Amino acid sequence: MLRWLIGGGREPQGLAEKSSVQTIGEEQIQNPYTELLVLKGHQDIVRFLVQIDDSRFASAGDDGIIFLWNAQTGEKLFELHGHTHKITAIAPFPSSDSSEEKNPLILTASADRTVIVWDCSSGRQVQKVSCFHSTVKCLTVLQRLNVWLSGGSDLCVWNRKLDLLCKTSHLTDAGITALAELPKNCVAAAVGKELIIFRLIACNGGSEGWNVLEVKRLVDHQDNILSLVSVNDFTFVTGSHVGELIVWDALDWTKQASECNFWDSSVHPDIQPEIKLSQSPNETSVQHLTSDEECVFAAVGKGIYVYNLQMKRVIACQRTAHDSSVLHIKKIPNRQLISCSEDGSVRIWELREKQQLPAEAVPTGFFNMWGFGRANKQANQAAKKMQENTPVYFLDLVGDLIGHSSAVQMFLYFGELGLATCSADHLIILWKDGERESRLRSLTLFQKLAQNGDLQLKF
Amino acid sequence: MISAPDVVAFTREEELQDELYREPPLPEEYSVPLFPFAGHGANPWAKVANSKFSRDFILISEFSEQVGPQPLLTIPDDARVSGTFDLNYFSLRIMSVDYQASFVGHPPGSAYPKLNFVEDSKVVLGDSKEGAFAYVHHLTLYDLEARGFVRPFCMAYISADEHKIMQQFQELSAEFSKASECLKTGNRKAFANELEKKLRDLDYTRTVLHNETELQKKANDKGYYTTQAIEKANELASVEKSIIEHQDLLKQIRSYPYRKLKESDFHPYEPECALLDEANAGCERDPTTSDPAETPLYTHVPSYTPKLIKAKSAKCFDKKLKTLEELCDVYFFTQTLDQLHQIERTFRGDVCYLLTEQISRALLKQQTITNFLFEDVSCLDEKPPEKQGRGCQGHSHDARDGKCSEEFLAPTVVISLGSYKSSVECVPIKMEQDIEDTQEPQMSESVTFEHQENLDYLDADLKGSISSGESIEVLGTEKSASGLPKSESQASLPVSPSPQVGRSKVGSRRTVSEDSIEVLSTCPSESLIPEDFKASYPSAINEEPYVGDEEGGLRFTPRLNLDDADEQEDVSNQENLVQVDSACCIGKESPNFLEPELGHKPCDEDGVVRIPPQPYRASEPGLHGTFGSFPSHDGIAGGLLPYELDSRYLGGSREVSKSSLDECSDSTSYMSSAASTCSDRTPSPAHPACHGADRHKKKAGQNALRFIRQYPFAHPAIYSLLSGRTLIVLGEEEAIVKKLVTALSIFVPNCGLYGKPVKHWLTSPLHVVDFQKWKLIGLQRTVSPAGVNVLHTLSRYSRYISILDADSKTLRCPLYKGSVVSRLADHRTQIKRGSTYYMHVQSILTQLCSKAFLFTFCHHLHLPISEREPEESVVSRRMNFLKLQLGLVNEDVKIVQYLAELLKLQYLQEPGQGVSPLLRFDYVPSFLYKI
Repeated sequence: MLRWLIGGGREPQGLAEKSSVQTIGEEQIQNPYTELLVLKGHQDIVRFLVQIDDSRFASAGDDGIIFLWNAQTGEKLFELHGHTHKITAIAPFPSSDSSEEKNPLILTASADRTVIVWDCSSGRQVQKVSCFHSTVKCLTVLQRLNVWLSGGSDLCVWNRKLDLLCKTSHLTDAGITALAELPKNCVAAAVGKELIIFRLIACNGGSEGWNVLEVKRLVDHQDNILSLVSVNDFTFVTGSHVGELIVWDALDWTKQASECNFWDSSVHPDIQPEIKLSQSPNETSVQHLTSDEECVFAAVGKGIYVYNLQMKRVIACQRTAHDSSVLHIKKIPNRQLISCSEDGSVRIWELREKQQLPAEAVPTGFFNMWGFGRANKQANQAAKKMQENTPVYFLDLVGDLIGHSSAVQMFLYFGELGLATCSADHLIILWKDGERESRLRSLTLFQKLAQNGDLQLKF
Repeated sequence: MISAPDVVAFTREEELQDELYREPPLPEEYSVPLFPFAGHGANPWAKVANSKFSRDFILISEFSEQVGPQPLLTIPDDARVSGTFDLNYFSLRIMSVDYQASFVGHPPGSAYPKLNFVEDSKVVLGDSKEGAFAYVHHLTLYDLEARGFVRPFCMAYISADEHKIMQQFQELSAEFSKASECLKTGNRKAFANELEKKLRDLDYTRTVLHNETELQKKANDKGYYTTQAIEKANELASVEKSIIEHQDLLKQIRSYPYRKLKESDFHPYEPECALLDEANAGCERDPTTSDPAETPLYTHVPSYTPKLIKAKSAKCFDKKLKTLEELCDVYFFTQTLDQLHQIERTFRGDVCYLLTEQISRALLKQQTITNFLFEDVSCLDEKPPEKQGRGCQGHSHDARDGKCSEEFLAPTVVISLGSYKSSVECVPIKMEQDIEDTQEPQMSESVTFEHQENLDYLDADLKGSISSGESIEVLGTEKSASGLPKSESQASLPVSPSPQVGRSKVGSRRTVSEDSIEVLSTCPSESLIPEDFKASYPSAINEEPYVGDEEGGLRFTPRLNLDDADEQEDVSNQENLVQVDSACCIGKESPNFLEPELGHKPCDEDGVVRIPPQPYRASEPGLHGTFGSFPSHDGIAGGLLPYELDSRYLGGSREVSKSSLDECSDSTSYMSSAASTCSDRTPSPAHPACHGADRHKKKAGQNALRFIRQYPFAHPAIYSLLSGRTLIVLGEEEAIVKKLVTALSIFVPNCGLYGKPVKHWLTSPLHVVDFQKWKLIGLQRTVSPAGVNVLHTLSRYSRYISILDADSKTLRCPLYKGSVVSRLADHRTQIKRGSTYYMHVQSILTQLCSKAFLFTFCHHLHLPISEREPEESVVSRRMNFLKLQLGLVNEDVKIVQYLAELLKLQYLQEPGQGVSPLLRFDYVPSFLYKI
């Protein structure tokens, strides 16, 4: 296409040309998103999207402003000003049944070393905490205990009223990069290469009093831990900058399994792992992890890997799922997966089970022209090494969403309401199912007609 | 959009003529015989060849107290326009029909000089010798130095085409009223200033005189007054009196706007543009906005040094009268001129063009839900002239009705017979439709003859200002009652905005003698026919039976809310009366009807068509009534005259109108051909706001025509635009790209009320927001790195766009296999002219709009009939409707769906906030087309 534009139409045929880059082309039957709404407001990179309730979400980024949006209409609900620096962490604080406050709250942490609690219903600032010694890099709400944790150079425990309940000693200058809730009142904190398990212990004095205690330090990772996700009550997973994926037991914090170089496929004997590591560590860093009950989905470099917890191996992968690093992935229903990347695109994948042997398995549909062959082959060849009777999976590109002109930092899946993506181009795009929207508009149209009394004949 | 373009044969253009000449001549036996009277370059439509001016113009004249009627200025101010036309002579004519003249001066018996706040009068007259017809708007301006403080002026719209004057009467009247109001406002301001200066002078003079008297008193010790002292004292007394008089005048002029405001009909002049320069902004205040207590309008100029006034200011004739500019505040004067220029622009061109424009505009205005799609709604939004009148009318309806009924009930003894006579005479002939054949008038002839005598008798002592050689025939006049505070102003003009009910062309025929001025129509405001006078026509009422309540009801629709039943009866009675009188006229003229050469008329003979004003009135509340009246409107040259019904009121005016009426017997008039003349062949838009738009349309149509002929892949490109897929026109040369964009822009549906989503020229890389905002973009192709970047974004967003490469003549866009676009853009089309093609496009787009409307607003196509109905069946029903009922093929469905989506968005849009800009797209493959 580009060649056609520049070269003035060398291509003999009108059909979009084949490309070595993995694309799906323009015909995307399974892609439901046929309508988009651009939400403008931010003046800098938008890094965070967080869901407040069924129809609302908040966005925040480097401009320090938090916007509240209606996910259905795209209406800007509130514009929250309070931070003077970029936002570093955001977490929803759902209303608890016990508390008198019914309004949902959100917590935001900023590089100005403050944390602000906002009321999402009124858009006003509830409280501001500015007693931090360093930037808070992560926030976690422990709904069960009705407390929230802030992680910077130390770990602080707060209650809903923003009373500091307890804090750890200074851990490291780099600070806590990730927090995950574990069973038995424990939390896992990623501090550099280390994974520290803290336990919250109730004070004898009051019901509200908690003490935080370091329980264990896990030093299995070779490089900084970038992602930390709790899979279920028994398992959590960490991923590091050099591509180590470790599955931990959530109860006794032992290593259950690890995948250190699963990206280093044996089908690529010509590429030496060392060279690869030294050359581009970004290629292998585990940027983001997500999971469902069976699998952990890892965004590793440009690729996406599906690690099955039971089989303890990678069952499917897409080595170059994007042109650039994958920043965020999310499992959605129907065995589908959404990923977004620095290349500005969002892609929808489907985890499919391959029935036949790889050589003749290449589908005859339109996908084969978009360069799927290679990826499938890789997966298949990897699978060949396994027993022949195990099912073979592959990730199939179902659709892609192109709209942002810069890296897509994050997205938020709203089910049938659509998908919100935020990007470094300062925009948020709401992707919607055009059919559904059209139907809804018709519905409102007739409601409005009835309301206006226009349905009566005026003769 | 609605009008059929090629029917408008009069809007001739130069190019057409050229093409005609270029074509090889037909064989003799096939050729149509030429217009027999045609000389070289003549065309059958150039009816009034004897008009001495090339196009319509506006003339402002004054009845100077020193030199009599004189022309002041013309608009456009171009000697070529008026040509050999004798402005002096015509000024005399138009000034001589001023009904105001009798009000000049202050009425006797009042202690102080009293200003008459005289209403404007509006008259249509025709000078058949000059081949000129004019709408004449009389007004008076105040001048302290003038006799009776008033200076009569008039503004006239002069055209060779009397149809135009008649049919656009309402609009002309509304527009000229605005101009007049503006001028008068400025004049009042200037007059107040002048008065203030005079007062200061007088004050100063009084002081000086007083001092002198005191001095004399002191010097005088003889105990008696010298004659000199007495003289001085007298002088002082007269100055004192003068001061009081002038103060009173000042009070009167200052109170004017507020007095008028109390009358609901008064439309104070409101400056239309907010571009007042600062200097004016201070003093120029709208009377409506300010509190009556304070008068910022007449804040005086502070820097004035008073001067001594001679005891006897000589009123000599060598004194130079103030010019029009001096009479009026500068700001208002320029505003008035602007307004007049705008009038000139608005009414330029052929009347049938104006009418078509008005009709289609009015129809479009009614399509409130779909008209935004392909029309410039901003043009529609602005009130066209005829609507303005109505708007005011609507406002003041209650008040006026109240007043009307009040006056109806009040005994109306003041009315003189003579005034009734004039009103009767000027009533345009009203007949039922079936009188069109010539027997009917004949039949009525004998019957009505004696009534005519009656009329003559009644009229006998009251008329007479007209010499036989130069007859002025007043066919109607908008007569406002004199400037008494009680009077109604012109707002009551559109009293009966009824659709055209049966009106006979034949009935309105009338022959005029050479060199006659016919005042074709006047419009009275409220006034009454005295009851007793009505009684003198009992037989007449029987003769012309009133044709049914239904019709009457229709006619009086706007007035139906008059509470008084008696009054309605009155009205219908009066209408009968009116008909009688028309019949009289017909009776007199009927012999003429039988003359064979009536049908076509030699060019050299003066013909005066007597078609009363019949503005198009589609803005009636009853749309269907309006539609129903179209046949009569089209078929018969003289439609309904809204004014004729008003004319019955004319008798109610308290003053005998000065211009008396010619008897029918005196003048022989006949109907000229119904074909209208165009005094100025270049068609002009009916609305000033859309003035430029028209030329744009023509150009765009021409370019589009060229595009579809030149590019074989025009269809998919147009389909892209119609289905809401942004089309990028890529090219190196701005002019070429812009031309293509202009051509294609006529196919772009609007997304909202704010202009076309078209960007003519863009040099920066595109973004997804751009596709939301614009549906047609001209994009620069450069070889620089930035240019590569631009191309890169194009390939990135290729799914949202179609790309037309103007340089290599390729198109990359989805496939189109439908049928709508091929009708829209047939490269073998016979249409040659841009504006015609534009209208062709508009008509097909209108069709699409109506399909989209149907689709959008059919309930069951979108919502399940029953609770349990699955979504799939709704979907299949929807598709069936689109394909079977609407007859859409393949991709045409997408077009209608897209338009329907736009309609939904527009309808759901909350007032105040814009349509949320969303981008809809499809995942469909694109193809590359080449020439």
